[in-house]
Amino acid sequence: MWRLFKTIVLRDLLLALRRRTEILMTLFFFIVVISLFPLGIGTDRQVLVQIAPGVVWVAALLASMLVLERLFAADYLDGTLEQMLLTSQPLSIVVMAKVCAHWLLTGLPLVLISPLVALQYRLEDEQIVSMIWSLFLGTPALSMIGAIGAALTLGLRGGGMLLSLLVLPLYIPVLVYGAGAIAAGAVTNAPQQAYYMLLSAFTFLSMALAPWATSAVLRFSLE
Amino acid sequence: MIDDAVLQAKGLTCVRGDRRLFSGLSVCIESGGLLYLHGANGAGKTTLLRTLCGLFRPDEGQVSWNGKPVRASSEEFFSRLLYIGHQPAIKPELTPLENLRISCALDGLYPEAGLLWDILERAGLRGFEDLSAGNLSQGQKRRVNLARLFVNDALLWVLDEPFNALDADAVEILQTVIANHIAGRGIVILATHQEIPLPVDAVQCLRLGE
Amino acid sequence: MIVSINWFKYSSPASFYPLAGRMIPWFAVPAILLIIVGLYWGFFETPNVLSDQKQYYRIIFVHVPAAWMSMWLYVVIAGWGLIGLVFNTRLSFMMAAATAPTGTIFTFLALWTGAFWGKTSWGTWWDWDPRLTSELILLFLYIGYMALQAAIDDVRRADRASAVLAMVGLLMVPIIYYSVNCPDPNQCTALHQRSSVRSIESNIFWAMLTMTLAFWLYSFVVILKRVRNIILEREKYMEWVSELPEIKSQRSRDR
Repeated sequence: MWRLFKTIVLRDLLLALRRRTEILMTLFFFIVVISLFPLGIGTDRQVLVQIAPGVVWVAALLASMLVLERLFAADYLDGTLEQMLLTSQPLSIVVMAKVCAHWLLTGLPLVLISPLVALQYRLEDEQIVSMIWSLFLGTPALSMIGAIGAALTLGLRGGGMLLSLLVLPLYIPVLVYGAGAIAAGAVTNAPQQAYYMLLSAFTFLSMALAPWATSAVLRFSLE
Repeated sequence: MIDDAVLQAKGLTCVRGDRRLFSGLSVCIESGGLLYLHGANGAGKTTLLRTLCGLFRPDEGQVSWNGKPVRASSEEFFSRLLYIGHQPAIKPELTPLENLRISCALDGLYPEAGLLWDILERAGLRGFEDLSAGNLSQGQKRRVNLARLFVNDALLWVLDEPFNALDADAVEILQTVIANHIAGRGIVILATHQEIPLPVDAVQCLRLGE
Repeated sequence: MIVSINWFKYSSPASFYPLAGRMIPWFAVPAILLIIVGLYWGFFETPNVLSDQKQYYRIIFVHVPAAWMSMWLYVVIAGWGLIGLVFNTRLSFMMAAATAPTGTIFTFLALWTGAFWGKTSWGTWWDWDPRLTSELILLFLYIGYMALQAAIDDVRRADRASAVLAMVGLLMVPIIYYSVNCPDPNQCTALHQRSSVRSIESNIFWAMLTMTLAFWLYSFVVILKRVRNIILEREKYMEWVSELPEIKSQRSRDR
């Protein structure tokens, strides 16, 4: 079971490595969106610190939407997904592996690049740390919930638009507490532990339920 | 040593959209048997194959493997099943070797690299093992896929148009592999619109759409 | 004597179709009566002032029942979806599909009347009040549900996919509500929703309840009507449909 998990994660990483543009696209999208806000709103330091948490998280949500459609699409088109449905291992293991690889490719780079972004918004060191933590704890939930949406809209015309419509409202709790955690450090100076705990609780809940729901959806999406 | 097994379908009815592909279809196939599936394009061959694999839920009727419904005992059934569908399930970014290794992993097999090289050679892909599959021709991709037949320990093979895009050489290899599998008490279900003779005793033919 | 009903008999569209037709008037008449009674009661027989709010508070006789119905109908959709997935009954999915537009309309009505309330009461059309925000998110969920159903051509897949979506949505609604209601977890360790229902006058409360019941009966009427249409549309090639008197007369007229 673990072996299959590992094989699929490595396969997806290898695939991404051989067509690098996709990872870089998410990353640059994230940076570009974040860089646009100061240009539109103004570069006053006080304003920047105020809006940074929300901007970073909304940009993270949009960036994760951008690639979500392709989570299962390539495997669906070339018939690999069909083969995955026919393995004798539980399908949720396969789904979990694919989502993990997806997060490593699209979520983790955002976490790693976030200190750079924080500098653009002139955040203090502690706020940078809280930004890294909140993204680290929250983005896996985005991939998990997004996977359900990706399975629901698999192979549909205009699937990407529909996917955003379905999934973005479900991202609200992550947005509220993710941005809240950064703001607590930057704006109100309140303790952030409660935010982190809620974010991780949400992430764990999504890890427990989403792979299972996603595999159920994949089974009838491929009928 | 393979145990005897039986795949049975009873009263299958499949509707796609507003079209009734087939209704009340029953078929039973045992170890050492071959089922030939004929029919025009759009007659429902692929849908029937996918139904027999448990990928498609029939509107009526049931498919059972050794007396147990396939959708309920899926893990046991899937471990004895090998399905090769329309699409090649080949990633153009990966080499044939990597592709084969991953298909094997999905079948629950982790053969050594040496064995995989051997198999690719038997499938007529010598010299292509390490090139990216994007450069292969349609027929060669098909061969990568069929290479799975050499490593597999599945009992039931379900092959959708396996002879498509293959040259005479490959067709011959495939014929031999299928014949051997059936001789070893395996089961093969084939959908094809070509007439490929196979030296097998227990052949059933099913024509869809008539 | 206990009369036992064979529920599964009515789970087939062919036998439910005429039953639904017979049920509609039984819901339609009380719905109309109760709407008249409820509106009269709410507009003329209740106090002119509610705490510090004047006449305009009376919009709650539409606003609150609509909001309640919008939430309840979402639960109903998810429930039908669950039944459909478990028992594999086509009718449950049709009921879910028929319920969605009514739920959306109630959600929209609640938001619309909420905006009127906000303008008179708080001086703004929109306020990021947790309840209004949650209602807005509910509207998004409804729209997503209907968009997904419309986007999938294969009816079987559309039914199942939207059922899963509704169930995921239902699971998420409390979490979303919590996060919107309590964006700062340091300040609300326990969620205390101030229940304004208890504190209001029983006269107003009963008028509101009458309107809710009226809206509920109205929902039955339109949902049953809609489900009859869905049944006809999906089963148009079935023999029983072509033998319906209304279809027969229509076809002979076409000829």
